[in-house]
Amino acid sequence: MNIIACVKQVPDTEAQIKVKADGSGIEEGQIKWVMNPYDEYGVEEALRLKEKNGGDVTIVSLGPARAMETIRTALAMGADKGVHICDPALNNADAYVTAAALAAVIKGVPYDIIFCGQRAIDDDSGQVGAILAEMLGIPQLTIITKVEYAGSTIKVIKPIEGAQLLIETSLPCVVTAQKGLNEPRYASLPGIMKAKKKPVDVKTAAALGIAVEAKAKVAKTIPPPARAAGKIICGEDPGQKAVEVARLLREEAKVI
Amino acid sequence: MAKGVWIVAEQRDGALRKISFELASTARKLADQLGEEVSAILLGSGIEGLAAQLGKYGVDKVYVGDSPVLDPYITEAHAMAATKIIKENDPAILLLGASVQGKDLAARLAGKLATGLATDCTDVKIADGKLLAIRPMYAGKCFGEIVTSANPQMASLRPNVFPVVENAKTAQVVKFDPAVDAAQIKSKVLEVQKDTSGKVDLTEANVIVSGGRGMKGPEGYQILEQLADTLGGCVGASRAAVDAGWRPQKDQVGQTGKVVSPNLYIACGISGAIQHLAGMSSSKYIVAINKDAEAPIFAKADYGVVDDLFKVVPELTAACKKLLA
Repeated sequence: MNIIACVKQVPDTEAQIKVKADGSGIEEGQIKWVMNPYDEYGVEEALRLKEKNGGDVTIVSLGPARAMETIRTALAMGADKGVHICDPALNNADAYVTAAALAAVIKGVPYDIIFCGQRAIDDDSGQVGAILAEMLGIPQLTIITKVEYAGSTIKVIKPIEGAQLLIETSLPCVVTAQKGLNEPRYASLPGIMKAKKKPVDVKTAAALGIAVEAKAKVAKTIPPPARAAGKIICGEDPGQKAVEVARLLREEAKVI
Repeated sequence: MAKGVWIVAEQRDGALRKISFELASTARKLADQLGEEVSAILLGSGIEGLAAQLGKYGVDKVYVGDSPVLDPYITEAHAMAATKIIKENDPAILLLGASVQGKDLAARLAGKLATGLATDCTDVKIADGKLLAIRPMYAGKCFGEIVTSANPQMASLRPNVFPVVENAKTAQVVKFDPAVDAAQIKSKVLEVQKDTSGKVDLTEANVIVSGGRGMKGPEGYQILEQLADTLGGCVGASRAAVDAGWRPQKDQVGQTGKVVSPNLYIACGISGAIQHLAGMSSSKYIVAINKDAEAPIFAKADYGVVDDLFKVVPELTAACKKLLA
């Protein structure tokens, strides 16, 4: 099986996000960078498929030079090789440009199944997997919590509001991973040593022949709306405080 | 020239979902500013009768693609049908719901139409005749103002955020041939396992009572269930509680769970890690109940109670029952 897992390097979930004074983006100085958690589920699922069915796992990532760490992390988990799309012209890539870059790489290699995270926890767009599938002309299965491989088809579980769906599709296809799909493994020490020697191809936008102009531009980044200071309900008796909260919710907030 | 504000209405099991009315109302507002019409795309099987309901929220024209191949929802089929009617009409703006289905379809359409899409917006407006979409990023730790350079300018709207406004119109219903060849569709829904709890999804709930590490174990959630039942709401959980196995994954609120915006969010025994705050800060009212007066959750709360949640929550349930009686 030829399996592809797309990964993105993102700020850790505990990171404080500070908007630049001119609104042109976020301050990156203090940020700890990690593999997007949803992509980790994709990498883990790719490795499990490989372990069960044979084949190899290729990691594809678009990002600045530091994104190489994330590719190496995936290689240390057990993936075989990587492609790093690294080009300052792609620093403001939106989902469309990102998908175009990934598609340009993937079109040149054999693939049976492609994993992406259901969204990256930085821009929260949740589009790349679907646009990539469209560009490759293959089905997409988004926000998936279970994958069952059966030769030329797969069956997946997709939770929706108030139900879950069992969907079958033919390969090749794109699957976007949701939390619950698996428990990603940690890279072992020997894995980390081996990863250093695994091949990673570095590509530029020009080499891929893609347009770099974003379709959706972040014109301005702004801090979240501030919440007005709240009230702390004082008193000794938990019962009295509860009654006061209920009263405020009813009379002031009018939400019950 | 691209013209008109379009929406893709969402229906399931022969009923329009609330997000469809939120979309229609929002599209009406934008179209009025532009002096243009609102059109809706409605896809499914045996759903023509639903079209008139959209008129009530300001839709001028409903394009109905009615075919057995469009039920249940499958990305490929819906994307094909929607793309056909969109390309024939060249709308300027296209809105979908940021529901599970809407997000899936919107992204595929952005690919097919080679345009930009702002996901999960909490505000949309017209600026200089163009769509300006405002959306949380980093799960709400900051926001982006998005402009799209191609048409249609696409945005998906976060459910439960945009008001539903009646605007009685008689929508003109236009049937079109979705032209979807079943043989081209590679995916198939084999089974729909419905959640029989009767509870709505967290992303659609008006009231969420959420518990964190302070619940001490799965048993503790019983008092939260009672409060949620009293208020007609749902129970959520922090990542700590889900990772401990106390609650199912689908209940998780936060940056790696669901981003919610209920009218009322009651956080019990949740300290307020930044990744949790990111998932619930857009709630209209927030109540925090926690023993630790220093817990960061109190900085976000409209009403805070520093006390033992196991004493406060049952009393709050009783007080609410009394008020609602």
